[in-house]
Amino acid sequence: MTISSIFDIGLVVLILAIGASTIVVREAFAAVIGFVVYGLLLSITWFRRSAVDVALTEAAIGGGMTGMLMLGAVARLRLAEGNDTRTSLPTRLAVGVMSALIAAGLATAILTPPEVIPTLAPMVMENLAQSGLGNPVAGVLFVYRALDTLLEKVVLILALLGVWSLAPDRVWGGIPGLRVYAQPSTTLTFLAQLLPPVGIVVAIYMCWVGAKEPGGAFQGGTVLAAMWLLVMIAGLKSVPSISQPWLRLLLVVGPAIFLAIGLAGMVLANAFLDYPSGYAKALIVAIEFSLTLSIGVALGLLAAGPPERVRQP
Amino acid sequence: MKLAFDIFTISVVSAGAFFFLAGTVGLLRFPDSLTRLHALTKVDNLGLGLIVLGLLPQTSGLFGALKLVGIWLLVQLSGAIVTQLIAGAVRQHGPHG
Repeated sequence: MTISSIFDIGLVVLILAIGASTIVVREAFAAVIGFVVYGLLLSITWFRRSAVDVALTEAAIGGGMTGMLMLGAVARLRLAEGNDTRTSLPTRLAVGVMSALIAAGLATAILTPPEVIPTLAPMVMENLAQSGLGNPVAGVLFVYRALDTLLEKVVLILALLGVWSLAPDRVWGGIPGLRVYAQPSTTLTFLAQLLPPVGIVVAIYMCWVGAKEPGGAFQGGTVLAAMWLLVMIAGLKSVPSISQPWLRLLLVVGPAIFLAIGLAGMVLANAFLDYPSGYAKALIVAIEFSLTLSIGVALGLLAAGPPERVRQP
Repeated sequence: MKLAFDIFTISVVSAGAFFFLAGTVGLLRFPDSLTRLHALTKVDNLGLGLIVLGLLPQTSGLFGALKLVGIWLLVQLSGAIVTQLIAGAVRQHGPHG
């Protein structure tokens, strides 16, 4: 048994323990913290499997962004503490049974793999050079499964519409109810002034390097969203109302450019979402940059929550 | 030369791991939030600092080394500020507020 397999076994035990603790623990806040740790441990696991792209996404989305969304949900639940927020026993039983079924299905799929695992990986590696990309993950995302990637970004906007539609009529188009730090705190202001320049450079780097090495639009966009949220929570910039035209433009610019290039592919190349030969890398990088912006804005607004007031207090 | 670098790495990273262990024990054993924060910041500063220092000879080039130092500085910054914020909240609302 090598040192690295001891490390891996330890990692698996930790993940199982943290996963169990998120279920067992009674308090929502503790469960969310457990979930964030679970996401970070999972991202180490993906790294150990040499899936660095997935590891980055898991750390950014699974650990960071989802954790922030859930913390927001916990805060809202606390505000509504007067009401009985506990769900009834049949509902909880149904949730438990469904979750157990999904877990059992996943377990059977993983524990009884087919004799020969079907894979297209060799074909991808063979044809990757044509796209001018060096990162096979980016190649699959933007060349072979471009439609999936496009729809994935559209889903993000649909999710945001879902959050916005929770707003009552009178505050529609108003300002999201992000909890801004009440007292101006010099330490938080300091961080919000110091970190965003670094974070923005890191986000652009992640997006740019995604064509060649692990990284990409989702990871870069999450860092951008985090920087934006930091600046808003510290109160350095006010939270914009969701009816701002620039905000809505930024939200759709990524998917719109993706779609436009995809439609142009029907004329200039052979098919929808096909790239004219020789221009593939340039077009993909253009799509990635615009997607990074849109993802950043969408994730930031998702975390900011539904509109709650019409004008600045 | 390589052997000297390796010995340096192993001893310094082990020292860093010791600080992580000590910090974790402190986190579990110390009586209240403020002393627990104290234990955690020691891990951030010294533990991670020593691990980064120990890994520097193993990097492939100047850029790799700079990235490691950059990570350490970022963790320093976020750790120090989050500690300040938590301590501020504890002072204002009490440990359970």
